[in-house]
Amino acid sequence: MFYNDLNLILPEIVLSVFAMLILLIGVYRGQDKKTAILTFSTAGLMFAIGVWMIIDSSPSETAFNNMFISDAFSRYAKALILLSSAAVLVMSLGYMLRHNLGRFEYPILIIFSVVGMMFMVSANDLMVLYLGLELQSLALYVVTSMRRESLKSTEAGMKYFVLGALSSGLLLYGASLIYGYSGSTNFQSIIASLDSGSVSLGLMFGMILLVAGLAFKISAVPFHMWTPDVYEGSPTPITAFLSTAPKIAAMALFARVVCDAFYVLIYDWQQVVAIMSVLSMFVGAIAAIGQTNIKRLMAYSSIAHMGYALIGLASGTVLGLQAMLVYMAIYVVMNIGTFAFIMSMERDGQPVTDIGSLTQLGVNQPGRALAMLVLLFSLAGVPPLVGFFGKLYVLRAAYDAGLIWLAVMGVLASVIGAYYYLRLVYLMYFGEKQDASLDVVKSPVLSGFAATTAVVMVVGIINLFGIESAANLAANSLVN
Amino acid sequence: MIGIEHYLTTASILFVIGIFGLFLNRKNVIILLMSIELMLLAVNINLVAFSSFLGDLAGQVFTLFILTVAAAEAAIGLAIIVSFFRNRGTIAVEDVNMMKG
Repeated sequence: MFYNDLNLILPEIVLSVFAMLILLIGVYRGQDKKTAILTFSTAGLMFAIGVWMIIDSSPSETAFNNMFISDAFSRYAKALILLSSAAVLVMSLGYMLRHNLGRFEYPILIIFSVVGMMFMVSANDLMVLYLGLELQSLALYVVTSMRRESLKSTEAGMKYFVLGALSSGLLLYGASLIYGYSGSTNFQSIIASLDSGSVSLGLMFGMILLVAGLAFKISAVPFHMWTPDVYEGSPTPITAFLSTAPKIAAMALFARVVCDAFYVLIYDWQQVVAIMSVLSMFVGAIAAIGQTNIKRLMAYSSIAHMGYALIGLASGTVLGLQAMLVYMAIYVVMNIGTFAFIMSMERDGQPVTDIGSLTQLGVNQPGRALAMLVLLFSLAGVPPLVGFFGKLYVLRAAYDAGLIWLAVMGVLASVIGAYYYLRLVYLMYFGEKQDASLDVVKSPVLSGFAATTAVVMVVGIINLFGIESAANLAANSLVN
Repeated sequence: MIGIEHYLTTASILFVIGIFGLFLNRKNVIILLMSIELMLLAVNINLVAFSSFLGDLAGQVFTLFILTVAAAEAAIGLAIIVSFFRNRGTIAVEDVNMMKG
């Protein structure tokens, strides 16, 4: 019995034990000289466990008195989290070493954060939900302020910490109300108490606070204030990490809470999620227009993308969840490619983030510019590319669920949002000549990631690499 | 007779004081940490009150977890404040303004 429980959380156990092991290695042997090998072995292990999650097709099972659940949905999210973290680790190593950030704690903190995310997506109890969320956030606060000598990085860490702690406070207050009014912290017991008829005001209030806390983590408007500052201040590889894996984990947790535990209350949370989705799409699209820092721009871009993913969630149907999961997978691939490009933006050996430096890139370095062009078109949702199909999916889900106004809003926001992506393309190809152009960075890893993701954006339109069926399986395991 | 509603009212008042402390405080970052702690402790009062009202131990277990996490959170918060202070030479809230957002 207990053995079976341990078996179910084996991936998490393996990763945590590995993290403690490399912590010992890092402290006792070699310190920062070992960073490269530790980072690569971490990425390798994450990749292996990610593949294991993809292959594994065992039925839904719970462990530790229903606190932890392993089903197709959690495995889908875990595979995405692990593979994207492995990719970010591999592509960030060169940048970290070049810019004097090659500390051996980096891969260790990333592993702890990833273990927290894996617990989040497998949470079947408010306690596990909270502990997973905090393990993830605490590690992220530290990596955000990892560049200790930089004012911006520590300031970003401080802002992230204060607002993150506020959001966990809201979430916890919600959790305590849910516990008090439903009598249990377990999702199944919460469902059972909701089925019994009238829903108390306290339970509703608790759910709304819980949703607000989660909205902070996915940076949905009106809880998005921290995103641009944290994205701008933290070192670029950390920004790349922040915009991929934690977003998947928080979105999956959001889906688990609203579509599993509180599915009965769909008419109550649907409006909230739909409004957050519309606001995120429009704020993300409009506020990005004035930005000149590419990392801030990507922050608003990710706010807008979270808005689209929330459309899928707001539909509350199997198709909607499937669309959300497909959208998150596409979003992560696009972001990894774009950040691989941003990490290679350097002038005289120093990283630059000003979009003015992109001018003439199409002439000077046509290959890189072309990869970025494809990725930006895909982010904007221009038809022949994969990003378009992601948007099409969520809009169709909203249409099928009767949320036609939401789908219309999505289309409008994507038209506005296309402007700033296309402005970058304009700068690369038609921008006025400047004296200072970008260096040619010889990093096969970064160019490889940018090129591969760009190719994926084109080739993927054939069958989206089969993630639709995996997402369908995952969505079915959640809504039943 | 003190009933559960008294505990809940106290906890909600403390929680709101914590939130206001975060937003209205213009002086010192340490006060932000105290406000965060206040919010978490308000939640603990809530959970213990519910736990004793329902006769169910889960709430108290949850409280113990929150206390542990709050300690870790305070440690990390203070560490970030120290490294910020080394760079900026001050921890006044109005000086956390390198990036506008």
